[in-house]
Amino acid sequence: MGSDQIDPAEASDIIVCHDVHKWFGQAHVLRGIDLSVRTGEVVVIFGASGSGKSTFLRTINRLEVHQRGQIIVDGIELTNDIRNIAQVRSEIGMVFQQFNLFPHLTALQNVSLAPRRVRKMPQPRAEEAGMELLRRVGIPEQARKYPAQMSGGQQQRVAIARALAMEPKIMLFDEPTSALDPEMISEVLDVMRQLAGSGMTMLCVTHEMGFARAAADRMVFFDEGIIVEEGSPERIFEAPEQDRTRRFLSQILH
Amino acid sequence: MTTGILPPPDETGGAIAWLRRNLFATWYDTLLTVVLVVVLGAFAIGAAQWAVTEARWGVVITNLRLFLIGQYPFEEAWRIWLGLTILSALAGLSAGIYGGAVRTLGTWLAAGQAILAGLAFVSALGPIVALALVFNSAVAALGFILGLRRSAWRNGLAVGWLVSLPVVFLLLSGISGTVIPEVGTNVWGGLLLTFVLATVGIVLAFPLGVLLALGRRSGLPAIRVLSTAYIELIRGVPLVTILFMADLILPLFLPGDVRIDRVIRATGGIVLFSAAYVAENVRGGLQAIPTGQVEAAQALGLNAFQSNLFVVLPQALRAVIPANVGLFISLLKDTTLVVIIGLLELLGIGRAVLAQPQWLGAQLEVYVFIAIVFFVLCYTLSQASYRLEASLGVGSR
Repeated sequence: MGSDQIDPAEASDIIVCHDVHKWFGQAHVLRGIDLSVRTGEVVVIFGASGSGKSTFLRTINRLEVHQRGQIIVDGIELTNDIRNIAQVRSEIGMVFQQFNLFPHLTALQNVSLAPRRVRKMPQPRAEEAGMELLRRVGIPEQARKYPAQMSGGQQQRVAIARALAMEPKIMLFDEPTSALDPEMISEVLDVMRQLAGSGMTMLCVTHEMGFARAAADRMVFFDEGIIVEEGSPERIFEAPEQDRTRRFLSQILH
Repeated sequence: MTTGILPPPDETGGAIAWLRRNLFATWYDTLLTVVLVVVLGAFAIGAAQWAVTEARWGVVITNLRLFLIGQYPFEEAWRIWLGLTILSALAGLSAGIYGGAVRTLGTWLAAGQAILAGLAFVSALGPIVALALVFNSAVAALGFILGLRRSAWRNGLAVGWLVSLPVVFLLLSGISGTVIPEVGTNVWGGLLLTFVLATVGIVLAFPLGVLLALGRRSGLPAIRVLSTAYIELIRGVPLVTILFMADLILPLFLPGDVRIDRVIRATGGIVLFSAAYVAENVRGGLQAIPTGQVEAAQALGLNAFQSNLFVVLPQALRAVIPANVGLFISLLKDTTLVVIIGLLELLGIGRAVLAQPQWLGAQLEVYVFIAIVFFVLCYTLSQASYRLEASLGVGSR
């Protein structure tokens, strides 16, 4: 490595990953990931389950710790330094497959929790901002409901609003529609498409190829812990170069 | 064939059908019902007859002062009633503002004092004490009405509770050389002592237990090992042993001029004992929280402390309300064990009363009275816990 190291101050892209490795016990799940994301870019990551795509996404806000290589987010390198982690996390919003809403709080309280407790925003202002976000994702009328009283699609939209409440520069989506009933997928994708249109930097692990075609600037195919192929949606869909990509696409596109 | 939206079929069929279905379905059901009715009826009639005609309830009325406050000097007892006034006012206000479980507790505090006032009126305590207790009930009721829809008072009220507990304790124990001369806790007794031991025990054991539970799951090995060792050590020892330790052995380790009050030592023993059990209950709740909750909190930028305080603990604690209330009920009943170190709480006073020559043979009356008091206290706690669960939506969201 040595001379191979990247100086965080000179990283021009908002996310720079260089030679990222990760092991779970003996299993080598990330085997040298190099990926840079420009500000405002929408990147769709796809691949078979177990290919390491979710693990990679989770290393970017350090829900998983990478063991080798560098991850630099907005000029800050992720190390064991807690201050760096806190700062990076405050710039990244994350949406989970299982929503992970806080079940003891109403939709509005879910959205306003972090601004109130992390940013120390006064309650009225945090709730006002929270209502604005709930309007943006189209469910202001659900503000006083608890997660268990909402449909899956509504819960996931609350989760997106909650992630946006900290005004992140980057949004990570970890299979946001995989746990949803089919009729609710489009309402979540609509919100994501609208977000992509607003210039948000987004990394989405998803198999929604319609969304990828419409909103992604770039698609990245993961297999067995490495990036096999990447390119624009047109090129990936029309002329995939790698056999593995072609095979996977034919499986999910029927 | 019928279509469209139909009302559900009526499956109840009235009282007669219910009786037939549940009590007289077959010949042996009928036999069981008849036999049980005869046996229970005979028992109930016998008990009622005894209670009305034979029982010498005078033992309770005559000794009511002992049962309520033990040997606490009667000329200083106004401090107890005043302390109760403070608690009644706070409980009333809280009941109005929070409703739910707090209202159950507040109602009990008001009703309990009203009933005691009735007993006091016909006993040697006299009408003035009765009046004071009725006044307290009224204060609680007034507080309740004042507190309705005054959610702005919430913070003030929390401070009020925090301040009131030590203030009331000081009021009861007194300061020498003032209008409230010192009253040694060795003369506290009866329901007063039961109340102090249980309340202080619950109020202190709960936060200590939560800290121990968090400590046992801490990432820092030293804290984890210490918490685990404490919990396992305490759970391996009977409460009686701990009370003996607190009473007999602890003073040996302290310098001669340092003397810790006996009631405080007993309370400390109860707190340290119960905290270990609270900790294990809470740990069970913590384990039930999915890791996704912590990850979501982390991803939002909450630090470990904030994610525990705002995300994990609220969910974990509400999941273990039934277990913790069960623990508090047994704590309340375990306060009777302090009799072995010479403190006369309600049960201990009962035995002292029974040693009076004129009340020989009145065991049943005394123990029935004590059982009723304990039942009312424990039942109130469990009702309050159901209200608390309902208002927090436990099990439904």
